[in-house]
Amino acid sequence: MSELTALTIAGIREGLRRKDFSAVELTEAYLAAIERFNQAFNAYVAVTPERALEMAGESDRRIAEGEARALEGVPLGIKDLFCTKGIHSQAASHVLDGFKPPYESTVTANLWRDGGVMLGKLNMDEFAMGSSNETSYYGPVVNPWRRRGGNAQLVPGGSSGGSAAAVAAHLCAGATATDTGGSIRQPAAFTGTVGIKPTYGRCSRRGIVAFASSLDQAGPIARTVRDAAIMLRTMASVDPKDTTSADVEVPDYEAAIGESVKGLRIGIPREYRVDGMPEEIEKLWQAGMDWYRAAGAELVEISLPHTKYALPAYYIVAPAEASSNLARYDGVRYGLRVPGDDIVDMYEKTRAAGFGREVKRRVLIGTYVLSAGYYDAYYLRAQKVRTLIKRDFEEAFQAGIDAILTPATPSSAFGIGEKAGGDPVEMYLNDIFTVTVNMAGLPGIAVPAGLDPAGLPLGLQLIGRPFDEATLFRAAQVIEDSAGSFTPEAWW
Amino acid sequence: MALQETRNTNPKNLIPGATGDWEMVIGLEVHAQVASRSKLFSGASTAFGGEPNENVSLVDAAMPGMLPVVNEECIRQAIRTGLGLKARINKRSVFARKNYFYPDLPQGYQISQYDQPIVGEGTIVVEVGPDRDGRFEEVRVGIERLHLEQDAGKSLHDQHPTMSYVDLNRSGVALMEIVSKPDMRSADEAKAYISKLRTILRYLGTSDADMEKGNLRADINVSVRRPGEPFGTRCEIKNVNSIRFAGQAIEYEARRQIGILEDGGTIDQETRLFDPGRGETRSMRSKEEAHDYRYFPDPDLLPITFDDAYVEAIAATLPELPDAKRARFQAEYGLSAYDADVLVSEREVANYFEAVARGRDGKQAANWVINELLGALNRTGHAIEATPVFAHQLGELIDLIADGTISGKIAKDVFEILLSEGGEPRRIVEERGLKQVTDTGAIERLVDEVVAANPDKVEQARAKPTMIGWFVGQVMKASQGKANPQAVNALLKARLGIE
Repeated sequence: MSELTALTIAGIREGLRRKDFSAVELTEAYLAAIERFNQAFNAYVAVTPERALEMAGESDRRIAEGEARALEGVPLGIKDLFCTKGIHSQAASHVLDGFKPPYESTVTANLWRDGGVMLGKLNMDEFAMGSSNETSYYGPVVNPWRRRGGNAQLVPGGSSGGSAAAVAAHLCAGATATDTGGSIRQPAAFTGTVGIKPTYGRCSRRGIVAFASSLDQAGPIARTVRDAAIMLRTMASVDPKDTTSADVEVPDYEAAIGESVKGLRIGIPREYRVDGMPEEIEKLWQAGMDWYRAAGAELVEISLPHTKYALPAYYIVAPAEASSNLARYDGVRYGLRVPGDDIVDMYEKTRAAGFGREVKRRVLIGTYVLSAGYYDAYYLRAQKVRTLIKRDFEEAFQAGIDAILTPATPSSAFGIGEKAGGDPVEMYLNDIFTVTVNMAGLPGIAVPAGLDPAGLPLGLQLIGRPFDEATLFRAAQVIEDSAGSFTPEAWW
Repeated sequence: MALQETRNTNPKNLIPGATGDWEMVIGLEVHAQVASRSKLFSGASTAFGGEPNENVSLVDAAMPGMLPVVNEECIRQAIRTGLGLKARINKRSVFARKNYFYPDLPQGYQISQYDQPIVGEGTIVVEVGPDRDGRFEEVRVGIERLHLEQDAGKSLHDQHPTMSYVDLNRSGVALMEIVSKPDMRSADEAKAYISKLRTILRYLGTSDADMEKGNLRADINVSVRRPGEPFGTRCEIKNVNSIRFAGQAIEYEARRQIGILEDGGTIDQETRLFDPGRGETRSMRSKEEAHDYRYFPDPDLLPITFDDAYVEAIAATLPELPDAKRARFQAEYGLSAYDADVLVSEREVANYFEAVARGRDGKQAANWVINELLGALNRTGHAIEATPVFAHQLGELIDLIADGTISGKIAKDVFEILLSEGGEPRRIVEERGLKQVTDTGAIERLVDEVVAANPDKVEQARAKPTMIGWFVGQVMKASQGKANPQAVNALLKARLGIE
């Protein structure tokens, strides 16, 4: 890791301002790092050096003219789920082979508008379906973290595993990610990075390949709370081309950082103390509570009684929407086409070859739960559960809770292949602390809070009121200040 | 949905079978293309007749990550239509996905409305007839609902030896599906219903309802039963695109079902297609083969909500609708039900009539518009919008009859001139010397000539006074139609001594 790639986004901003280095130099450092190390992680599925250098050149011109923008010259990695004009945008799926959209997602357009530099597209679980980045058509992503004294390859979490690994391994300064059930927060927790899933509607979904429309939300993965705040401010916007995006003013999140949390009421939900929770997770959570108490916040035990239904309900709603959202990948207009004897044969062959196992599983589950005769028992009931989960949170916030503190994941990163073979539910349990937040449409941030006995990072999660990401950044900074930051020891 | 019996059996509608009488039960689902410049969820144009795939946005082609954004104009048009159907307007409605695979359905689902449509129950009053005695029967057909949905694209199978092509120009165009209750009992009622619905849509300006362009299509549900019995099993005839075909399809289908039942068979619920060439319906897919559409609320779209004020603002712009206009025409101009019905069938015809009738004799104006103008348009294949004779011209012509300048017969000649050459009626009459002869001296001379030339007829006329008509005709002929018929009549009577 060179010194330049070790800089945070805030550090880059300062360095460029002071002209310690140029944006082109910085980008070149990142491109060199990707060139040398990407094969160790498989984080990038496409690198765009020409585009990156061109954008960095423009940044240098702007800086020279004193017209630097909010993210001027910051080298970013983009999850492959985001459509980027003329560039590989395939959701890490075989079915989108060769797809280069003639349009740009709103979130990435916002980043480029503010001076961000695109390094390339990041690996992910196929169609964002997975918690380990093992479902990608491009193969698994390797976590830069290893167990102390071991050399087993670990997963970076998923689905935004490429984003988290690239940020942790300093192959980009920050990355876009998306979160449908935990896909930002879980990989952030597994890699010692900061990831925030903002309120549903905060970021436009336009140009992001849809997984589950009512749950999908874009957010950043970055190395510090401040960096995440800088990125989210740019990524968030109301978009007339996504009517589920919200017309709520985007505040200067960075300004909230450093504000005291004195008097802040932090809820501790008793239902998150799940059976068989590893001791280190329990200890981590306790440490978090101690830090807040020390910082003058008030801890309040709360109840979110419908939490236990969240995961099963999520695995009905998300596949249901996915089964419909993925119907457009039929081989007719773009991506993969496997010829067949007739149209139905072509559909079947294309989709059989184009989708991986996990995607197929979810399309099947989703198709089943929406079928005549099962809709009421599954989909409708899951939506009712969703309403109840939402109400649980609303009641907590109405009672004066400002943010809710929970573990981010039930464990630290596990080995590649360790959970991929058997019961899918074992994998799904990774999302146990995060799916409720998506079901309720709330913002949630994962912040690294410590290491487990094997030396792997663990994260805590803060859940906030709708559109109150500012409070999450303010509160998350307390964890970062107390726990310090975590960088993997380079083995690559 | 529990089907409700709403009508008493009318013996007139019964179909005699080999084993007794049968009654048809008909319900319709009419798809009308919404009049709007752009599509239901994208900014692409709805223009008809473009090059294939000319009017296709990223949303219409279901490109990854593209999201539908509802076109508010289509919402307003649906509300407007609902008001025109005197239907309940739902201030909250939900778009749902109807999932199925087809190459011209790029999303793999159609965005439609399912259990929460934008418009609920309403009514259309349909005039069926006239019967042999010239009477109309008024039938009230219930509207179950109206919902908005996307049209699909078009598959082209004749462009390549082994492949099909897809044209997405229509993909995403807004349709209103208007579902009737099973309230119709004859093909004539169904035809009158479609016709009336089309008239209402055109009045409202919410659809051009042009069946030739496929902008109005009907799915027809037909079943038969013994009078007084519960509804039978229905078959649905898909995508009928003319009123005449609708009638043929219903007649055929009802007889087919009766045939099966009378032979002791049962009707299978199925979807059928009407083949206009053979005049028959054919099975398309059975109930078992029916799609499971897996409807669920579209998570990309928020529910459509608006308040009473929004609806009231639209209601305030509604035009006078055909029923009200027909009643007014009968009351204001003393028209027969039949004439009023013909005149209100198209808003432009009604407007034309009123422009002609204003300040003139309504009945005469109606006769001229219906018999001459509409007859001529029908002959020449012109729509009323392209009429070569304008209302002010026809009005002037009628004035010339009224003030005695020309006879009705000459007026018809003038009308033909207007039709082929145009011009001002009064000037045409003057320039071509068509002015009526009211000079009694001149007429008297003609009367004398005719009487002198036909002594035998004079004898007959004295015995049978109605024979005078023959003399009138001869005198008119001799005057080249220019003599005033009343004057001819009076002079002939005096000359022949007939009272």
